[in-house]
Order: sequence, then structure tokens, then C-alpha cells
Amino acid sequence: MQDFSYVNAQTLSEAVALLDENGEKARILAGGTDLIVNVREARRDVDLMIDVKSIPEVNVLDYDANTGLTLGAAVECYKIYAVDAICDAYPGLIDATKIIGGTAIQGRAGVGGNLCNASPAADCIPPLIVLNATCVIAGPNGERELPVEQFCTAPGQTALEKGEMLVSLKIPAPASNSSSFYLRFIPRNEMDIAVVGAGASVTLDDAKQTIVSARIALAAVAPTPLFAQDASASLVGREVSEAAIDDAAEAAQAIARPISDMRGTAEQRTHLVGVLTRRALNGAIQRIRD
Amino acid sequence: MARKSHVQTTINGETVEFLCESRQSLLEVLRDELYLTGAKEGCNNGNCGACSVILDGRLVNSCLVLGVETEGKSVETIEGLAEPDKLHPIQDAFLENAALQCGICTPGFIMSAKALLDSNPNPTEHEIRYWLAGNLCRCTGYDKIVKAVMDAAKETSA
Repeated sequence: MQDFSYVNAQTLSEAVALLDENGEKARILAGGTDLIVNVREARRDVDLMIDVKSIPEVNVLDYDANTGLTLGAAVECYKIYAVDAICDAYPGLIDATKIIGGTAIQGRAGVGGNLCNASPAADCIPPLIVLNATCVIAGPNGERELPVEQFCTAPGQTALEKGEMLVSLKIPAPASNSSSFYLRFIPRNEMDIAVVGAGASVTLDDAKQTIVSARIALAAVAPTPLFAQDASASLVGREVSEAAIDDAAEAAQAIARPISDMRGTAEQRTHLVGVLTRRALNGAIQRIRD
Repeated sequence: MARKSHVQTTINGETVEFLCESRQSLLEVLRDELYLTGAKEGCNNGNCGACSVILDGRLVNSCLVLGVETEGKSVETIEGLAEPDKLHPIQDAFLENAALQCGICTPGFIMSAKALLDSNPNPTEHEIRYWLAGNLCRCTGYDKIVKAVMDAAKETSA
């Protein structure tokens, strides 16, 4: 592996200053499950790793039924699904944290790192999009916020500017009669990367018949995870029905622009967007009604 | 030559000090600096689980942890499992069930199984299979490993 320096940063301002001074060859180290592999395999040129796991703000895991979730960027997957109230409030996010790698990966990897790695196939990003997550970003000029669907700009590229780092994700409290769901297609049961992933969140009326709002997001069918805006909007005000779900799935397929690669062909992926969108929507609706 | 850092950590209950470069993984430190060669290098990218160790109570791939990250932490490796004259019940169960052939994946499987039983003393077969999904074995076909872990669970929770 290439030689690099390591700093165990103690404060946000220390980490930001180091990022700002060292430019593109400085990288934030949280769980390291992508970064260490990428450096070892010479896919990233890094001369400084800034370990942020001692910084309090990136370790926050705070859920309040009124204000929602603050999820520090370095919180590992296993800590998230250990909190029952978070599992109940954001089941779609939990679906993703439980399928990222195996047990040992989930002991180190976190949602924030999955987002910052900016893989088009990242499992955590569609749930964050459908749950309306906001990125809290610290930089040399202070803090700013960004909707999560604007965070990834290209494979491995993010909206973070020089000297900026992700601090946390804020997810609003779930509305009543709402739930979320995430699933992916992989050719085996575990330990794989999504051929296609789909997430959905749905809010129903009190009778649990009519869709008040919905959000759909897709992974691995474009250079970045996608918010399926038209597909989501098509559901608003409609009764829960096969026709409504089919229409949304078709609208989601319309924005998919997948490539063919070792994991699947573009044609298969487009087909899968339809299948998985239907299953994600039905899954979220089922969770509301259960 | 790359600068080395001084690191103090606890390994299998003993305080250990070592010097390492930032780029050395915990796996490299264990094997090359401390001569604890139980953890194995398989894929070196987090897929195979042969290097599994327990870091501050949590199962990790030691190939994906930097040695310098373990300052002040506690590491459990396969070397710390058996007592001087007695194998750990998971080790016994692996022998009894013939849950290994070539053996290179075995330290990782046993540490992974230990982390499971530490947190969930009575796992179902389903839970065992999912928990161990990050450990690969090319010899046994997994069935004997799963049975060994089920037996060990019976033994340790009895």
C-alpha cells in the first residue's frame, strides 16, 4: 500500500483545517471499508488519512419522535439497528444497514461513509433520499446543509468542496401512517453489490387507503443514486391499487439509464427497476398496515 | 523510509506496544510485528473473513483496520481463545463436527462465531448463517461449520 500519514483528529475544526491544507490527497477515515481497499488497490491516491472517529459530532446517534434522527457520519451500521426506536421509525434505512457487507463490515462501515463513497450502487442512499435526509456539512466557511439527493455528483464524486466534510445526516421524524422499505436484487442471499436497488417511503391517510405522499429512489441504474420525482408525484392522492403502483413503477423505469456490466445488462436492470419499485412500494404500504 | 508511530493496545488481555507505519493494517501488525499468525490473509479486501478479529467487542476484518487505529483499544484474536490446557468450546465443537479441512478460514470462523455467541448465546440456524456470511470456506460446504456453532451454543449456554 502507498505510504500516507495518519492523524486522529479530535475536533471538527482540526479535521476541516487538515482537509483544507492538504487538498484532494487528504481523505476522511471513518470505517475504512471502502477507503482502505481503494488505497491498497491504488484506486485512490491518498497521502493523509484523517481519522474522525474521535470527534463527538460525527458519533451522534440521537432519535426523538418529534424532531427526528441525527445520525453522525461515522456511526457504524450495527449501532443504528441496535436502537429499536430507530428501527421502528425508519425501517427502510434499517433494511440497508443490515445488508451492507457481512457482520464484520457492519461493525466498521456506516451510512455516512456509504454516502461519501458515492457509489451508484450504495444501498444506504436510496433510503436516505426517500426519508428526506439532509446532509450537514462542515467546511472552512462554517456549516451548510444539502438535501441528500444532491450530494452525489458522479461515481465516487460528491458535492463536498475543498476542506469540507460530512458531519451528520438529519432525517425528519416519520409522519403518522408512514413507512419505508429498501430492497435490492443480487444473485445470491448475502454479501453482494446491488444489481439494482430501490427504496420507497409512503404516507397514507388515516383510513390507510389513499396515498398522501410517496418518495421513490433507485440505485445502480445511473451514475448516481436517483430520486424518482415523477414516479413519486404520480402516487399522490391515489388509492392504493395495483394500477397506481404499476404507473409509479413505469415512471421509475423511465428515468433509469443503466449500463451493462458484469453484474447485469441494461435491459435486465430496467426490468428490475419495475419489479423492485413495485416491491418497495408494496413493502412500505404493508408495513403501515401491519 | 516511512515514519513509524508508537501504539499501545490490549491484545488478548495483555498490554502490547508496537511501532507501525500508518499504512500497515491491524492484520499486518498482528502477523508481521507481533508474530500472532492465527489471523490469516485471504482476500485482503474485506470479502473473505479469514482475518476476523474482535475489536472493542465488535467483529471486524483486521485487513480493513489500520494498526494505528487500535491505540487504546482492545483486540481479541484466535490466540487468546484457548486456556493453556483446554480448548474453547467453539474450538472443541469445530473438531467434534469436523468443521474444517484445510483450516485457513478456521480462525476467522471461530472468532466470528465467538462474537456471535458473545452477543446472542442462543442463535437460530438462520441467524448463524447470516452472521457468518462474511466468512468464506472453500472446503466444508459450510454445513459442518454451522452445526459446530450450534453445538458450541448449546455447550456455552447450558
